[in-house]
Amino acid sequence: MTVAAWNTLQLNRAARLKRAGAALGTDLTGKSLPAARIADLLHAVIECGDRVCLEGNNQKQADFLGHALAHLNPERVNDLHMLQSVLALPEHLDVFERGVASKLDFSFSGPQAARVARLASAGKLNIGAIHTYLELFSRYFIDLPPRVCLIAAEAADRHGNLYTGPNTEDTPAIVEATAFKQGIVIVQVNRIVDSVPRVDVPGDWVNFVVQSPRPYYIEPLFTRDPAQISEIQVLMAMMAIKGIYAEYGVQRLNHGIGFDTAAIELLLPTYAESLGLRGKIGKHWALNPHPALIPAIEAGFVQSVHSFGSELGMEDYIHARPDVFAIGPDGTMRSNRAMCQAAGHYACDMFIGSTLQIDLQGNSSTATAGRISGFGGASNMGADARGRRHASPAWLKAGQQAREGRNTIPRGQKLVVQMVETFREHMQPAFVERLDAWELMEQAKMAIPPVMIYGDDVTHILTEEGIANLLLCRTDEEREQAIRGVAGYTPVGLGRDARMVENLRDRGIIQRAEDLGIDKRMATRDLLAARNMKDLVRASGGLYQPPKRFRNW
Amino acid sequence: MNPAVNPAVNPIRSASYQEATARERLQQLFDPGSFEEFLPPYKRVISPHLGQLNAPVAFDDGVAVGRASLGGVPVYTAAQEGGFMGGAVGEVHGAKLVGLLRRAAADKARAVVLLVESGGVRLHEANAGLIAVSEVMRALLDARAAGVPVIVLVGGSNGAFGGMGIVSRCANVVVMSEEGRLAMSGPEVIETANGVEEFDSRDRALVWRSTGGKHRYLMGDCQRIVADDMAAFRTAAQEAVAQYASEPAELSLEALETEQRMLDERIASFGALPDPVDIWTAMQIPDAANVPMLEVDSFIAAAAARRMGA
Amino acid sequence: METLNYRYEQGTRRLKTDPQVVGVVGSGNLEVLIEPAALNGACTIEITTAAVGFGPIWQAVMNDFHARWLLADTRISINDMGATPAVVSLRLDQAVQTMAGDVS
Repeated sequence: MTVAAWNTLQLNRAARLKRAGAALGTDLTGKSLPAARIADLLHAVIECGDRVCLEGNNQKQADFLGHALAHLNPERVNDLHMLQSVLALPEHLDVFERGVASKLDFSFSGPQAARVARLASAGKLNIGAIHTYLELFSRYFIDLPPRVCLIAAEAADRHGNLYTGPNTEDTPAIVEATAFKQGIVIVQVNRIVDSVPRVDVPGDWVNFVVQSPRPYYIEPLFTRDPAQISEIQVLMAMMAIKGIYAEYGVQRLNHGIGFDTAAIELLLPTYAESLGLRGKIGKHWALNPHPALIPAIEAGFVQSVHSFGSELGMEDYIHARPDVFAIGPDGTMRSNRAMCQAAGHYACDMFIGSTLQIDLQGNSSTATAGRISGFGGASNMGADARGRRHASPAWLKAGQQAREGRNTIPRGQKLVVQMVETFREHMQPAFVERLDAWELMEQAKMAIPPVMIYGDDVTHILTEEGIANLLLCRTDEEREQAIRGVAGYTPVGLGRDARMVENLRDRGIIQRAEDLGIDKRMATRDLLAARNMKDLVRASGGLYQPPKRFRNW
Repeated sequence: MNPAVNPAVNPIRSASYQEATARERLQQLFDPGSFEEFLPPYKRVISPHLGQLNAPVAFDDGVAVGRASLGGVPVYTAAQEGGFMGGAVGEVHGAKLVGLLRRAAADKARAVVLLVESGGVRLHEANAGLIAVSEVMRALLDARAAGVPVIVLVGGSNGAFGGMGIVSRCANVVVMSEEGRLAMSGPEVIETANGVEEFDSRDRALVWRSTGGKHRYLMGDCQRIVADDMAAFRTAAQEAVAQYASEPAELSLEALETEQRMLDERIASFGALPDPVDIWTAMQIPDAANVPMLEVDSFIAAAAARRMGA
Repeated sequence: METLNYRYEQGTRRLKTDPQVVGVVGSGNLEVLIEPAALNGACTIEITTAAVGFGPIWQAVMNDFHARWLLADTRISINDMGATPAVVSLRLDQAVQTMAGDVS
């Protein structure tokens, strides 16, 4: 009678560690190995077909480990299944090009989106699925546990305790999922110290530590130069503040990344202040600590910010504002993408962000043909939180508007605002009858078209032409005309039923700037609390240090 | 009150010279309503060349010229629109500047104030543009010879480059903000000609360090430096005009020789140094590396005893 | 480059001042020259644009502009370098509003 083995993962792990020990010999001191031996380590502990999670995060990149992985011998290690939040660097695709990896589950690929599409259609990259971040992390605990994870940290001590600092990002979710399924945790650190400022990852969970030749790469992804904000964006920001933030009393929110939302942040100390809104909107944020928020913090609008990651150059400013940011007992910040995504989903009353295309049902997508980019956190932030039970005035008001006159039990609803100019660059309309996502679905052989935010979650669409309140629409036809009514001179907009749109405006479903009492002549860049990077530095009292690419001094 | 200009609400607020259009600068720099335009846009004196190249034209060919009042003092003025073709000088644009300078000389004007923002010659117009710029230089020096001082303001985002950089240095006084740039060759041209190790044109901090107002002030290429603020430019222009009420405007041999000695000294002292910070260190400016972060008043104080051309 | 011409009758507002110009011919922007003209009560709009093939959109924007202001004996000339309809409408309104106090 054969005895079933119930500890195969433990045995397998032990075998890998033994191979590593044999391969590294005396070069392995405790958990530490020299950078020059990284390829030998990876060849020893990774097996063909493994699920490997690599920190390509939104900002932080385990670039030394990612480069080493991409340059392994594909005859020794191949057919890997990559699990990765973001494909940011060229080596994230080289690993497929060279045949080391073959399958991918991920969330976002922005800069590499075209290459992802090419490799996918060439058959070198088999996409399992595109996810939103929290969804991907969740699967690490169910059906996609990493066998090996390659992560980045600021510092390690001799026991392998890790300090991840402000740029903690995805690390806790990845490490927990790996360590508690008998996986192998390998970390690159900027320095090895006697004692870390705080323990973000316990040494017991860590198997190998390597000090990389250069500090891990961080992308200042969320920094936006106010000099690039246009008058039209100022006008839209004014409408957002008066027509939505003030109207619903939005105190807890997340801003999607972009110049549109940066304009809103920079209008809080000026325009919102003039409307008497300080203390009434914008107190608690799920947001990366990017510099455009500095004037609003200094003006007393912003009370707290919890972050997905940190932002390069903001370290000293964050350190000087411990009441606002997520500062630990050691005095430095910790970010946490998984928790911040959960917070954005359940603890925020509004998400507002930009998009590339919206169709006649309000479905919103940034997917375009030839580029497989995914949506990052937007799909999670821009989704109504149906599990939510606690009430807030904004949530109740939105829910009430959606259900007024209908025979359903009362409930609240999250405000999900899509903000877009009617025309993009090269006079491309943002409003379309059919999303490019359908074309991408056919090209990339996806099961369904990749939609960033579904129309039934979108509550408001805001363009330079005004605000369409979809909560108040009662039929598909009203919804379609409300969208056409703010689609301006695009073919979708010009195809409106003029009488219906007038009626929707009378009922307040469409509101133009004039209806909100906004004088368009005030919509100038002079209204911005900071008009350039130097203004932001001044607003921070000299604490903010913009990365080189944003400075001309 | 417009919250943008309410200092209680927005203490950073001031009217930015850099962000303003040429016409906004003319409206806000000079006494309100005093600007009287020669050859206004409705006259449609446009470029004869751009249409043939299928390029858009501007009704004023990118420069507004005329007369205005500065603190009650009548002056002649021109403002280049950096937003149109980078402020580059074409045939008509140049002719307007030449005409303005000749008229100022003929009318024995108190001063000419040029709001320069230009990449130099408009290459689209080839020789016509080159000739135009050289005629502007000649007309400026003729105006000076006729006793009319020329004051140049450089504070736009396109800077004063190429032939207009040279024109600027032919003036009596150059007023710059640190955001303004003054040079002959553009950063990309230098990199192409001499290689990226010599000059990385994408290193914006280096570009502004080398050609921006602060370095120019220290090197004696500009005589006044102000904050990026309309009121500050206005005051500096007024002071420069007042200064020349009692000083000769003409370029003298003595002034030319003094200038050339300064240039010799610059090359001798600093020619081998690779970066402006090294120059500032050699000049014994305290905390040289921090110069770009200084606000204008602190910078002027730090530069006081040490700048060239003072 | 493309040149488009529109003419509108039935306007009532006449402008009494000197010609005005707003805007700059830069990327994504346009300049608008607005002047009184003896046109038998009509308002004419001439557009020279670097963005070719958008005639129907210009028509719609101009129709709405005329409906907003109903200008008469006014000549409007535009040099455009690819501005979106939002920016076009903004500049047109700015051009009229710079003469707000002088509109009969």
